[in-house]
Amino acid sequence: MGLHKIQMPDVGEGITEAEIVEWNVKVGDVIKEDDVLAAVMTDKATVEIPSPVDGTVADISGEVGDMTAVGAVIITLEVEGEGNAASISAEASAPKAVEEKPASKPASEPKAEPAPKKVAEVKRPTVTKTSAASGALRAEGEKPLASPAVRKRAADAGVKLQYVHGTGPAGRISHDDLDAYISGASAPVGGASKVADTSVEEIKVIGLRRKIAERMQDAKQRIPHITYVDEVDVTAVEDLRAHMNATAKEGQPKLTILPFIMRAMVIAIKDYPKLNSHYDDGNDTLYQYGGVHIGMAAQTPGGLMVPVIRHAETMSVHGMADEAKRLANAARDGSITRDELTGSTITLSSLGKMGGIVSTPVMNSPEVAIVGVNKVEMRPVWRDGGFVPRKIMNLSSSFDHRIVDGWDAAEFIQRIRGLLENPATLFMEA
Amino acid sequence: MSKLKCKLLVLGAGPGGYVAAIRAGQLGIDTIIVDGQAPGGTCLNVGCIPSKALIHAAEEFEKAVHFTGDNVLGISASTPSLDLSKTIAWKDGIVGRLNSGVTGLLKKNKVKLVVGWGRMEDGKTCIVETDDGPVTIQAENVILATGSVPVEIPSLPYGGNIISSTEALSLDKVPEKLVVIGGGYIGLELGTAYAKMGSKVTVVEAMDSILSQYDTELTKPVAASLKQLGIDVLLGTKAKGVTDKGDALIVENPDGEEQQLAASKILVTVGRRAKTEDFGLEGLDLTMNGRVVAINDKCETSMRGVYAIGDLTGEPMLAHRAMAQGEMVAEIVSGMNRTFDKVSIPAVCFTDSEIVTAGLSPDEAKAAGYETKIGLFPFAANGRAMTMEAESGFVRVVARADNDLVLGIQAVGKGVAELSAAFSLALEMGACLQDIAGTIHAHPTQSEGFQEAALKALGHALHI
Repeated sequence: MGLHKIQMPDVGEGITEAEIVEWNVKVGDVIKEDDVLAAVMTDKATVEIPSPVDGTVADISGEVGDMTAVGAVIITLEVEGEGNAASISAEASAPKAVEEKPASKPASEPKAEPAPKKVAEVKRPTVTKTSAASGALRAEGEKPLASPAVRKRAADAGVKLQYVHGTGPAGRISHDDLDAYISGASAPVGGASKVADTSVEEIKVIGLRRKIAERMQDAKQRIPHITYVDEVDVTAVEDLRAHMNATAKEGQPKLTILPFIMRAMVIAIKDYPKLNSHYDDGNDTLYQYGGVHIGMAAQTPGGLMVPVIRHAETMSVHGMADEAKRLANAARDGSITRDELTGSTITLSSLGKMGGIVSTPVMNSPEVAIVGVNKVEMRPVWRDGGFVPRKIMNLSSSFDHRIVDGWDAAEFIQRIRGLLENPATLFMEA
Repeated sequence: MSKLKCKLLVLGAGPGGYVAAIRAGQLGIDTIIVDGQAPGGTCLNVGCIPSKALIHAAEEFEKAVHFTGDNVLGISASTPSLDLSKTIAWKDGIVGRLNSGVTGLLKKNKVKLVVGWGRMEDGKTCIVETDDGPVTIQAENVILATGSVPVEIPSLPYGGNIISSTEALSLDKVPEKLVVIGGGYIGLELGTAYAKMGSKVTVVEAMDSILSQYDTELTKPVAASLKQLGIDVLLGTKAKGVTDKGDALIVENPDGEEQQLAASKILVTVGRRAKTEDFGLEGLDLTMNGRVVAINDKCETSMRGVYAIGDLTGEPMLAHRAMAQGEMVAEIVSGMNRTFDKVSIPAVCFTDSEIVTAGLSPDEAKAAGYETKIGLFPFAANGRAMTMEAESGFVRVVARADNDLVLGIQAVGKGVAELSAAFSLALEMGACLQDIAGTIHAHPTQSEGFQEAALKALGHALHI
């Protein structure tokens, strides 16, 4: 007798998880091939899961209503013969990680070993010839020269000395050479700089990554983007921010510049409401929203996620900072709910200190505007007949050009710029 | 039948086996070692140690005899006598002390010693015939370390006056006429010792040279000293058998003529062979490499969990090689990543004028495709050698011509065995000629010859 594990099937269209809506079997049931085991629902459809084999239900994972990641084991059957349990367990744990434990490693992963060993072993098949051109390199087939202590250390570290560059007389490998190799500071003998690395690693694009890929491709394929960049003098708002942080009451969150930008977006949207909408291009309809729900692009261990700050128009900058922090943490630790990841009407994208000078944000479809934040930098600015140091930040923003004309886009950003450069106006009720 | 279980079984408590067991014990491996004789194997019981004891006694006696005649040191002494049985008893005392030393080390490291001859039933099971009846040992891993035995010549079976090295180490009196068959290191060491103790020694060697594994440059001082000791060396001469009375060896000389060599003892030292019988090896069906067990660089045999070390795995049949293999296998069994990566397995021949070799000889280096530089420094130019009346011999260094990496070091001369440590260390550390030349060697010692040989290879020896 073996165990046959059945995984949540890939129901297509970039779906990474599905809801179990019905169990048709219970533990102990004897079932035949093609019997329906369960029904699962995605955003778009309900799908029945048939049994691929004859067997007895040994275990059921999850309750009706549970969201379950594609690839996670949902039913275990006892079957004649070996079953597939061994091959499934390692595979199934990766998608599961997206669902609940983003940081956990598959149980079957071998004990962690120093990275250089893997590098050496992966590269090995690709090393076809070791060049003897330089005097310090070893000729083909020549034994590496090293003292017994170095040899022992290398063996313990899993390093093959024939790949280690020796800097000593006659190419002798010292402890320092070994350290350099292990730390990655020295290229392996016959390594990348000498020999073409023809290895190809096959990585399945699944789960969140596939969803991201599909959404990005869809957005870029269907939406004609227009990207507009301007610089904003944030000296005043940065001064205000510093002051507010210095005088913060207990319990108030530390402010970044993002809530100020969100506040500026909320005000600018009042003047340019078309930017806060969803475009249903299938039905030639634009849904213009009254409430401002700002999607906040966040990097998580699994990839890009966009948690949503709902009704930003009702929040103070501190309120937005609190909510942004809570959502970012939830996204990072995987506790974020589906509701918190959907329903944004406009998106704010920031890479923080990695913000660069310019970016070309991709629309978070079906939205029509995305505001990208580049890094704040002290730059010399010509003002009143001389250069003065000012804190400058670029905003790189993209728009759906089918709905938003370049003129409108520019006006919207200039409005935001005006608000940020005169921060008092951020807090004046219109 | 009593049963034992362990993680590691070591079959044979020679230098390879007992070192493996000690190291395994240090690493916390549950270990049993099996041997039918006192621990220490051939080396300790009937090899290295007792032969060196006998050689020492012979040298001391020869010195005393030397001083009865005219000598440069101006020493005069009356005619000495030798009570060989007392010498042998002294030698046995040393062996006994070392036997109990090894036993103590095994005990200290929690290794169980089972005394009796073991026989492998399969790759995990060994049955040992002990004084208290058979014991079955079940082991997860096995190290075969059964060693080697002297090669026997079919026409000259051991017994009576025909003896092997084992018996030669326990004679009750010095044989008047000793014929040694085989001019290898064992025959010459023992032949020289008995010659010094007063035997009339004849060495019969089928090949054209003595100590055939060495080049003639190295063996020349040894040949000279054999001649000086009055030892007849008959090269190209084949042993055919013994006379009916057993008092003479029949040989065929290079001209194809038979002649008889009168002998009170005939010592057969034509080599050693792996001990492959009487312990169930045939049942294991291991892959063999000729007449020895085939191993890889981890001493693994063709059977999983079965390792072989030492003489059982072939040449060089040296105790220190077996020890290094044993230590390594114990570490492998404990889970460490080890391979036998030694650069040098030094070899020492304790003839009069000792020979030490480490690494590649000039011929071997050439055969390996290296362009070489060779530096040779004779002890005739070494102050310390002069003061010891030991001016014959030299130190020779072989290095790569392109980068001065030292490939091999050889020496011949009185007491040079102790230089083997410096030679091997230099090779293992990957020394270049400059490293040796740049190291201060104490004056006045023979070791200066090592530094000078390196300087010579570099083209600027100071004392020649």
